[in-house]
Amino acid sequence: MDFNYDLAVGTTRELNQKLNAAGTEDADVSVRVLNPKGAHALAVGMTSNVSVDIEGHVGYYCAGMNQKAHITVLGNAGPAVAENMMSGRVVVSGNVSHYAGASAHGGLLVVQGDSSSRCGISLKGANIVVRGSVGHMSAFMAQSGSMVVCGDAGDALGDSLYEARLYVRGSVASLGTDCIEKTLREEHKREIDALLESSGVTGADASEFRRFGSARNLYNFDVDNADAY
Amino acid sequence: MPTKKNSDDKLSRQHELRSRLRESATYPREVIAEIQRAAETGIYDIRGWGAKRKVPNFDDLLFLGASMSRYPLEGYREKCTTSVTLGTRFASKPIELKIPITVAGMSFGALSGPAKEALGRGASAAGTSTTTGDGGMTPEERENSDILVYQLLPSRYGMNPDDLRRADAIEVVVGQGAKPGGGGMLLGQKISERVAGMRDLPEGIDQRSACRHPDWTGPDDLAIKIQELREITNWEKPIYIKIGAARTYYDTALAVKAGADVVVLDGMQGGTAATQDVFIEHVGIPTLPALRQAVEALQELDMHRKVQLVVSGGIRSGADVAKALAMGADAVSVGVAALIALGDNSPQFESDYNELGSSAGFYDDWHEGLDPSGISTQDEELAARFDPVLGGRRLANYLNVLTLETQTLARANGKSHVHNLEPEDLVALTIEASAMAGVPLAGTDWIPGKNNF
Repeated sequence: MDFNYDLAVGTTRELNQKLNAAGTEDADVSVRVLNPKGAHALAVGMTSNVSVDIEGHVGYYCAGMNQKAHITVLGNAGPAVAENMMSGRVVVSGNVSHYAGASAHGGLLVVQGDSSSRCGISLKGANIVVRGSVGHMSAFMAQSGSMVVCGDAGDALGDSLYEARLYVRGSVASLGTDCIEKTLREEHKREIDALLESSGVTGADASEFRRFGSARNLYNFDVDNADAY
Repeated sequence: MPTKKNSDDKLSRQHELRSRLRESATYPREVIAEIQRAAETGIYDIRGWGAKRKVPNFDDLLFLGASMSRYPLEGYREKCTTSVTLGTRFASKPIELKIPITVAGMSFGALSGPAKEALGRGASAAGTSTTTGDGGMTPEERENSDILVYQLLPSRYGMNPDDLRRADAIEVVVGQGAKPGGGGMLLGQKISERVAGMRDLPEGIDQRSACRHPDWTGPDDLAIKIQELREITNWEKPIYIKIGAARTYYDTALAVKAGADVVVLDGMQGGTAATQDVFIEHVGIPTLPALRQAVEALQELDMHRKVQLVVSGGIRSGADVAKALAMGADAVSVGVAALIALGDNSPQFESDYNELGSSAGFYDDWHEGLDPSGISTQDEELAARFDPVLGGRRLANYLNVLTLETQTLARANGKSHVHNLEPEDLVALTIEASAMAGVPLAGTDWIPGKNNF
């Protein structure tokens, strides 16, 4: 059953319990959360396809470890939004702080504004679409999954990257260790198109993006690469 | 043609010369060998095990026992209980252990699947917990461990909310005694298809996991991170924070501040599957002084026994267990000793160790994945040498011996619960150990640094 929850009178603990209870029947439930006022750990550990709209700014770890749920933040999000997400979808209408989508294994994170540093750090299979720009050290040690940045990327993009795919439309301040530009082939354009479409991000054309990935030079230690570390 | 007399002369001349050889204290043979190895390979030495250097340790302490002024307990009749509850501060489902000895975190990846299974079997048979590692939770491990602690590590390999909820406790790993400030390392030889799959990595690459968590920095962030973990697990599970022994007084206080139910403190003798030798031997402080500092921090915050303290790093015998408890720990953890109990470094494999240029009792190249005992490997043929049922039995035996020894020492000091052991029961054999452990030098009332001298 759909419901509203007002954090001006309720607590994070009760909200999360109600969200989990709403999910146990795996019904298509919609929940509005009012007055989040930067609270931490909202809508974390969700396990079913509940739709949660949080009307305001949120603090740390919003939508952490999400499974299946569709969570929308109508405002800005603090550090590590959708950290370790497994599946589902998290949309932030404003900007996000650092570590957005950290170590996320699956699902889709959409940031309509800009992201601070280390967006997609240790990414493990999820997809991230940022309409604006991302800060320095984004996709640091990212292992798999894709990150689409419609704006610019800060310094040291993709440092110590593994197999994640990075697409940037604007400028890249600098590339991190072992990250190189690669050819944007048709399959990559198709991937960008699909991610833009499912994110609802318009006004960007897949062919405008550049692709970055791992040079794979540091996969096995070689003393002649010691300067790279 | 050399005559017999000539060759005898030559031999005695050689003996005479050899007896004049003097080994340098600054450049002993192992130092020369390391310089030669470095020059040949161009890479630092990586190895497993923990610090091999001699440091003040529990062997430098003695129990006083009972006499005229203290009553002992009858060894075979009077009860000396050993149970421990961990996680009484915030968790609604604390951990109940029958013995004050747990099995430390070791990864599937570093160890074979059957070895992890054996750790679960042994710990469960002895009524205690075992711990996952960098690489996630395997189903075999969960199935065979009555009480399983799930580690949250910087790499987040295999981290997922289902396993988080399946765990009995959660351990946020900030550091490890063998390498405080160092991340994980698993070299390509051990990144098999299954290990790679669990970690989302390409097969056969050298995996170097991060030394810092990806989504928090410092104790203020960590407090919020712990709030998230508690929300996800319904505030049921104890949350441990594991630290490597460094600035232990402050690190313990900050762990308490960040909201830990349990602090796990790993001294520099603590083991590792693969770390640079220079890191193992030169960073961090020994278990002995670290334990005293942690207890002091807890006492000053009025949190001793409220936030439980688990100490690891060179725990080998019941004497070590009893001394750690007497100094104020609530429980201890064993890692290297558990592997030895399973059969690692067994003389049974001496010829195999010799082929690898080592010997039973010395083998520490666990990172190479060639372990003849089949424990620290991902090679299926080697792993098949190891019987997890027998290994589990051996570990349970070992844990039971540690417990019996601990009880023996507790009774000798007149204690009906092992937690009643106290610093007052201890003296130190050396000035160094006295200063580090904060117990008097035997036969004196002197503790260096106390009472202004």
